[in-house]
Amino acid sequence: MTDAAHTLEVRNLKTHFFTKAGVAKAVDGVSFTVGKGEVMGLVGESGSGKSVTGFSIIGLVDPPGEVVSGEVLYNGKNLVGLPDEEMRDLRGNRIAMIFQDPMMTLNPVLRVDTQMVETIKAHDSSVSETEAIQRCRDALGQVGIPAPEERLKSYPHQFSGGMRQRVAIAIALLNKPDLIIADEPTTALDVTIQGQILYEAQKLCSETGTSMIWITHDLAVVAGLADKICVMYGGRIVEQGEISEVLDHPVHPYTRGLLGSVPGHGTRGKRLFQIPGMAPSLLNLPQGCAFQARCPRADEACNIEPEISSPVAGREIRCCHPHLDPSEEVTA
Amino acid sequence: MSEAMLSVNNLTKNFVKRLDLAGKIASKLGSDIREEVVHAVDGVTINIPRGGVVGLVGESGCGKSTLGRMIAGILKPTFGEIIYKGVSITDMNDDEMRRAALQIQMIFQNPFASLNPRMRVEDIIGEAPLVHGMITSAEKSEYVRDIMQKVGLDPEYRRRYPHQFSGGQRQRIGIARALAVKPEFLVCDEAIAALDVSIQSQVINLFMDLREDLDLTYLFISHNLSVVEHISDRVVIMYLGRIVEIAETDDLFKDPNHPYTQALLNGIPRLDQRGIDYEPIDGEIPSPLDPPPGCHFHPRCPHAIDRCKAERPELREIAANRWSACHLNDQA
Repeated sequence: MTDAAHTLEVRNLKTHFFTKAGVAKAVDGVSFTVGKGEVMGLVGESGSGKSVTGFSIIGLVDPPGEVVSGEVLYNGKNLVGLPDEEMRDLRGNRIAMIFQDPMMTLNPVLRVDTQMVETIKAHDSSVSETEAIQRCRDALGQVGIPAPEERLKSYPHQFSGGMRQRVAIAIALLNKPDLIIADEPTTALDVTIQGQILYEAQKLCSETGTSMIWITHDLAVVAGLADKICVMYGGRIVEQGEISEVLDHPVHPYTRGLLGSVPGHGTRGKRLFQIPGMAPSLLNLPQGCAFQARCPRADEACNIEPEISSPVAGREIRCCHPHLDPSEEVTA
Repeated sequence: MSEAMLSVNNLTKNFVKRLDLAGKIASKLGSDIREEVVHAVDGVTINIPRGGVVGLVGESGCGKSTLGRMIAGILKPTFGEIIYKGVSITDMNDDEMRRAALQIQMIFQNPFASLNPRMRVEDIIGEAPLVHGMITSAEKSEYVRDIMQKVGLDPEYRRRYPHQFSGGQRQRIGIARALAVKPEFLVCDEAIAALDVSIQSQVINLFMDLREDLDLTYLFISHNLSVVEHISDRVVIMYLGRIVEIAETDDLFKDPNHPYTQALLNGIPRLDQRGIDYEPIDGEIPSPLDPPPGCHFHPRCPHAIDRCKAERPELREIAANRWSACHLNDQA
């Protein structure tokens, strides 16, 4: 294994779904890097391809979906096309995933300790039962579950939603992964519980140096948590860069529109900015830029697929008509 | 504030889980199995002024939807009264009650579940006014066209079925259905929670436009504080069936009084915060089957004193147009 600067590097990843109705290009040429201990926010609306990107990295794309091209380099090693067995060694061990709904990911008929010990033993059969239990207990404690000793003996339905999500996070942590992919992990939770989970996630990354990809539709969550942000639209990353840079000075018209449409401080009584229309179907994306039908700046030039450019240092965008004048209002 | 359009007085809703046969026998034989009672809404009093927008905020299980459903006439209160335009609904005769029920309409969270998939949009929107004799069947087509235009739907689509629309459009159909009977009061129960950010802002703007055009009064139920801050004049915060604080929106967000409100406001991620350290409040929302005695919030409250454990705090006016239910206000 070669030493690499980044924990994860995704290069020109394309995942397409070959359905009866046609080819859905759910992920179409996505590239980004995640450094050690870094939190990357992957933001987009439903159908933008953000979850499929996560699934592609961890090798969980089912037919009719297929990773058609591109590379996923984990510590320099390409995971695309890796034999199933080797992938299984990594998955849940070096790379873990947390899903939106923990009721769907935990097995309802097995006790939590059974599921947790299984995760450890699947990757290292030499661990003794007592040692494994000890590690499970530590992991539950780490994510803030009170009385972990007793809770190990419980079934998933005996936990509340927030606690269940903590168990899912604890399972992801068991083998001390280098990378965690979290797919909308707080979307189903209440505000105060979401705050608790965000707190645990933050603590985890700073303490253990675990990298994280945080997939969400909520820009505000990413704002407080992430170091970097990628904004996806129609299967492509339309803008990526350092978090404050992107949120304070968005360059892509979609990012600007998205930020302008979030209600909050200072928007009271005013009309919210609204992006007209709706997200296009992935089966039927327009030629060229996917956002052109909803974009106030679109013209003929947008019929040609925009290449990745970097008009501002540290920023990558796909747009022919970026907002480069910093004096323009964000909520244009 | 002008006179109250709708007020509820000491409104209470209990859900009782009846004992099954085995339970009845056991209790006859002296076992201490008892009927379980959930105090979903526990003595709530609110005034909603004509033309106002009142935001009702709380986490899951706090009774906010139950309260909305009682006001909309879907659930019968166990106790207490609902006063609409100065007349108690329980005192009304059938005719008056039906008229009041028509004037109070509800918009639901899930636009997928709340529309009949086998009915055409024209019938979904046109059925109620036809049944109530507000229009004749000859006028229906024209009437539906008008309403569809009002909510931003293309009237050409009136012969389609709900599945042929996107989530945002479906929510507009739900709004059109509510507006079809010319209501004066709308209960919106998490009406935008299921929508994507860019679609969410379109629907929020629609609500604001309709408020002006049709002189509507809203009870806006949501867990999303940013949306509530944007849309409401006054905010009501609920916790486990009780109101903990009522205040004008600006006052509440500037200077929250109740410790729970403070925790909620701290917990919401905001766009303008970067790399913040989350400081979550401990603990979970207790089960409404077995709420803690005294102040429901005391087990999680950082400022709890002995009195909080024993005595229920009353909702009292602490400043002009501000009410809070907290013993700490007595100490100052």
